[in-house]
Amino acid sequence: MLCLLLYWEFAKIGLFCVGGGYASMPLIQAAVVDTYHWLTLSEFIDIFTISQMTPGPIGINAATFAGMKVAGLPGSISATLGFATPSFILCILVARLFFRYGNIGAIQGILNGLRPAVVALICAAGISFVALSLFNMERFPRDLAVMREAFDSKSALILALALAAAHKKTNVIHILLASGVLGVALGMIG
Amino acid sequence: MEDMKRPERGRHFYRALFCSTFLISAFTVGGGFVIIPLLKAKYVDEYGWLEDKETLDLVAIAQSMPGIVAVNSAILLGYRMAGIPGALTALSATILPPLITLSIIAQAYEAFATSPIVRLALKGMQCGATALIVNVAVDLVQKQCKGGWTIPLFILIATFIANFFFGVNLMILIVVDALAGFLFLQRAETK
Repeated sequence: MLCLLLYWEFAKIGLFCVGGGYASMPLIQAAVVDTYHWLTLSEFIDIFTISQMTPGPIGINAATFAGMKVAGLPGSISATLGFATPSFILCILVARLFFRYGNIGAIQGILNGLRPAVVALICAAGISFVALSLFNMERFPRDLAVMREAFDSKSALILALALAAAHKKTNVIHILLASGVLGVALGMIG
Repeated sequence: MEDMKRPERGRHFYRALFCSTFLISAFTVGGGFVIIPLLKAKYVDEYGWLEDKETLDLVAIAQSMPGIVAVNSAILLGYRMAGIPGALTALSATILPPLITLSIIAQAYEAFATSPIVRLALKGMQCGATALIVNVAVDLVQKQCKGGWTIPLFILIATFIANFFFGVNLMILIVVDALAGFLFLQRAETK
């Protein structure tokens, strides 16, 4: 019963969160903390922290963790499936419409406008990530002294090597794994 | 976009799709726009299952729909490549790794959060993911610049500035850019 409720609550969250993972956090908090008292606020903040440091989309991570705390493994499966269900149905419907009617001028126009926007968003994410990797900050520090202070030379080395590998079209997964191993190795040495 | 013309997808395709998506989801820290460039590197650049243009179209749709961008993208790209079975394969490969990892971590949160080795490995993988995003971004920008000073390039730069320097809400940007495309780019060459 609890699992069914988890599924239903997270399906609602999945349906109403527009704008990605971070947008879902207030909705999850409202349901899990405020309405049902499944978790305390501090447990919820823990989830947020863990989600940021573990692989995978943050929304799915939060759903899994909340479900786990509330009803164990069945709970985490229910919450995650609930979260993904509206996405799945809506995406398939829209994809069908798109593949059938996508060549209408208006829709092509809209997509012509959105395609460069997606490239811009990938660029913005890339630059934020460079700052995060090199300086452990969301933005590049303005101050040169702060910059020198925060500069992480080991990360810079890994980044440079990974960039060279990516440029040579090395397998994506190999790059990720090798970077992780290199991070541990360099950290152990120094 | 022309009608769906999908090549026959054999067992080998589904295995490759599941494994590559699963591993990317398992080793990528961060959501949406971190995973998408990696999926693009795999599906488009390595396997040639999709083209740049349709990938960007589908990601734009994924971004405008409710739910998680990474999950929506996986569903849409999977559907484009191999219909419902493809969508289900990509979806399960995207949500299984966090489900497994988080179920384990939930048992030993303290040990995980305080382990120096875990922290080092995550930091290393973050650098690797950064390199891959930068690589994909540079590639896409270069392709866009080849067209010269066109409206799409202007949209790219304006959206970037608005998002990166002024933190304008994503939904507002999507609506404005969609409107700009609707008004100015209906008969533009789709490149």
